[in-house]
Amino acid sequence: MFELNRLSEAELESGKYTKIWHGPQHPGITGNMSLELTLSGDDVVECKTHVGYLHRGFEKMMERRTFIQNFPIVCRIAVPEPTFNEYMYAAAVEELAGIEVPDRAQWLRCLNLEMMRLASFLMWLGGASGSFGMNTVYQWTVTHRDYMLDLFEEMTGARIYHMYITPGGVRAPLPEGFTERAMSVMNGIEKLLFEIERVVLNNHIFKLRSQGLGVIDPAMIDPYGIVGPNARAAGLARDVRKDSPYLVYDQLDFEIITGDKSDAYNRTVQRYHEMHQCISLIRQMLEQMPTEGSFHADLPNVLHWKIPAGQTYVKSECTRGEYGYFLVTDGSEYLRRVTIRGPSYTHAIAVMEKLVVGVNIADVAGLMVSLHTYPPEIER
Amino acid sequence: MKLKDLTSPFYVWQRAFEKPYTQGKPIQERIGAHAYRGFHINDIEKCVGCGTCEEICQNGAIDMVKIAEKASKKGDSGLVPRFDYGRCCWCALCVDICTTGSLGMSNEYTWASDDPDSFRFTPGVDETSWQDSEHNYRRHPDYNLLKLERPEMKVLDPDEGLKSFDEVVAGYDHQQAILEADRCIECEICVATCPANMDIPDYIRAVREQDFEEGLRILYKTNPFSATCGRICTHHCETDCTISTFGKPLAIRWLKRYIVDQIPAERFAEILQDEIVENGQHVSIIGAGPGGMSAAYYLRKKGYGVTVYEASASGGGMLRYGVPSYRLPDDQLDKDIDYIVSLGVEVKYNCKIGRDVEFQQLMDKSDAIFIATGLNQPSSMRINGEDHARVLSGLAVLDDVASGRDPGVGRNVAVIGGGNVAMDAARVCRRLGADVTVLYRRRIVDMPADKEEIHEAHEEHVNFVLQAIPVLIEDADSKEQVTIQWGEAEMVAEEGKRPRPVLQEDRMHTETYDSIISAIGQAGDFSFLPQEISDQMNQHWGKFEVDERQRTAVGKIFVGGDIANDVADAISAIADGKNAAIGIDKFVKDLQ
Repeated sequence: MFELNRLSEAELESGKYTKIWHGPQHPGITGNMSLELTLSGDDVVECKTHVGYLHRGFEKMMERRTFIQNFPIVCRIAVPEPTFNEYMYAAAVEELAGIEVPDRAQWLRCLNLEMMRLASFLMWLGGASGSFGMNTVYQWTVTHRDYMLDLFEEMTGARIYHMYITPGGVRAPLPEGFTERAMSVMNGIEKLLFEIERVVLNNHIFKLRSQGLGVIDPAMIDPYGIVGPNARAAGLARDVRKDSPYLVYDQLDFEIITGDKSDAYNRTVQRYHEMHQCISLIRQMLEQMPTEGSFHADLPNVLHWKIPAGQTYVKSECTRGEYGYFLVTDGSEYLRRVTIRGPSYTHAIAVMEKLVVGVNIADVAGLMVSLHTYPPEIER
Repeated sequence: MKLKDLTSPFYVWQRAFEKPYTQGKPIQERIGAHAYRGFHINDIEKCVGCGTCEEICQNGAIDMVKIAEKASKKGDSGLVPRFDYGRCCWCALCVDICTTGSLGMSNEYTWASDDPDSFRFTPGVDETSWQDSEHNYRRHPDYNLLKLERPEMKVLDPDEGLKSFDEVVAGYDHQQAILEADRCIECEICVATCPANMDIPDYIRAVREQDFEEGLRILYKTNPFSATCGRICTHHCETDCTISTFGKPLAIRWLKRYIVDQIPAERFAEILQDEIVENGQHVSIIGAGPGGMSAAYYLRKKGYGVTVYEASASGGGMLRYGVPSYRLPDDQLDKDIDYIVSLGVEVKYNCKIGRDVEFQQLMDKSDAIFIATGLNQPSSMRINGEDHARVLSGLAVLDDVASGRDPGVGRNVAVIGGGNVAMDAARVCRRLGADVTVLYRRRIVDMPADKEEIHEAHEEHVNFVLQAIPVLIEDADSKEQVTIQWGEAEMVAEEGKRPRPVLQEDRMHTETYDSIISAIGQAGDFSFLPQEISDQMNQHWGKFEVDERQRTAVGKIFVGGDIANDVADAISAIADGKNAAIGIDKFVKDLQ
């Protein structure tokens, strides 16, 4: 069932098919990658994905920078959600260097990650509705994402690339009055979600176009390495936050949300519920957050910091599923090797090539967005 | 299909009555958050140009540049960071690691210009609207990338220390040394501050990398008295260490000591491997103290035949006869002296110029002469009765103790003075079992002695009487005692000078002691110089005037150490010796 039926050279030359390039300059937020689509009429019969438009060589670059110098780089690996990269890099370095992170820093990190998840979902939601022609919704969600960015600006000193989670802890505690302002933004987003339910989820046209689009068969999940909301929408209760809790997730009250069928519509519903879950987690953390204590561990002198030889794989549940960092050190001041594995790698390449077959050309962007992929994360 | 699915999207119309979210820039301006990481600001008064920002920047966005507004001086390179906003990624690591806290980032974030070069700017120097912004990103005080705390040095318990002349400072253990070496940020501000310009960050790196042989090579390249300086150096480097703005300065002296302590004296020659190619020239040196022996070392390495004339029975000068062994054990000094001698330096001990050899003989046979005889004559207190038999000089007491003689100070001693000799004499007397009172005419902050010496003297129960001016010394009832009259002093401010103590004649005190030790300063003894030569060498306030290479007005005579420089400490004498060696080499070669 996982074999792709590739057309032969003769068939392609037969004149029955049209070949078009979808991307890299496509207004749907599929980002800087492209799909080489072979169409029969309006329907896709074959797809080849092409990456390489965004390769910045991060992994190689990191081998030539000191451990502290890498932390401002990693956030740039996945543009819409830098924080997960910051956390995983820091966690991996801390593990290899044997650094214990103070409790308060764990809470602040966790809050930062959940805020990031919510902001990322908001942007995704705009894209998802936009790619089905509902561009007004995009304006709403991006506005509320901007309010989230305001919070990030206060908390971390920057809007997009926060560079807040450093090896050893975080850079600063919460500013005064932050909790109240964050709570008010959460209330605003909750109200927005209420509107989203009416305007998007209960929209007949949206349902018509998205239901049954890009169905992920539960049997595909493991062979294809499908993770995150894409897998949970199909009924698989798999979430790194629960399965191997990190930071303070074991002290928070939440359950894994699952659906019964992973198509474009249900994946939207899945993320809609997960946004509510994010809000709940953020509220819980703001209430339980310790307000005293250290938020940064003592590091060795970062200008000539050497980490003993070792290797580690650190994973976390990012917005799109399990995200992992594999770090190898050799006892020097530099990383020997780093490999970064984001969920988009499978979702945007193997899964996309499989699911897009038979889809109407007008729904290709919608399908791709429903998988929630970020090309910058494919090309480190 | 439900009816709701058709009707509910019309909910969107409700939004038509809401206020827009957007702001009407440029009429409305959105101000950045308080700690937003915007454009850089720099307080150039605070900035010492250590360049740590440049070092940590992963984008190469920072260059340290020279500016007209700021001159380089001790403790300040005079450079300031220039930022290239074509490269900056706003990570603020430069702000986080700034050693002085001069760097910050304002919350300003818009800047438009048609000149791309204007985005390469020097904050604090180039005029910007955000330099004085109240809202700016600063490193949070509870988060620090610099290591501010120094491992505590183990010292002998003061009461235990008083029982012997054993060394007070124990030295770092291995872990402490590595930890301490790790704190160095390699800014090299200290290199310029050290009179001998020792390669301090390099030998600290050697400690960090535990390559002590390399460390030893680095040490002896710039300082032939490294073993000695590792114990008693006045460490100007530590005073200007950039870490000291927020924390304790690097224990540079103790790290130097740690390197030397790791290597036994007999391995010095094997590790240092100085190859000497004789050049047939000869230099005479008067005085085997740090200045003379340092010149001997560098001249010998340049191939000169060197003869050192020393009046005492051993080398080291003040280091041996003025510094007590609980601060500098003789075996450490011997490490340095023996190594220098092992290079082929000839030292004539117990040979006083003017008594055993005439100065003119040296003039005749040497291509150059270096004089570093030091200040070995106590200065006069200029009060009546100071020639009393129970009035001893601090130098004589220290000399006696160093030579194994009993100075006979008695049980109750007054030490007059506030310099290192006074502190050493007081602490030596404590070790000889006496109660000691230090009389000093100014305040404790005015004392020229090292802070550590004053502190340790306090710890050893030396009694300090401050703002006390001796007026008269006279016989006491017993022949074994002496009486001193002293008056209290008021500090009177003087414009452009340090405050002056003024005697209050209505507040006089009289005390009787077993002995009084005068340690108010020293002077040089130049009686060995023939009058016509002495006349030609210009003196000023008891010091010889020399050029930048220690050369006097008499062509082949070079002078260094306490009789030439105003600092009058060991490391300055060592630097003078090294400097004179360069000067002599040039002088001799120019003649050929």
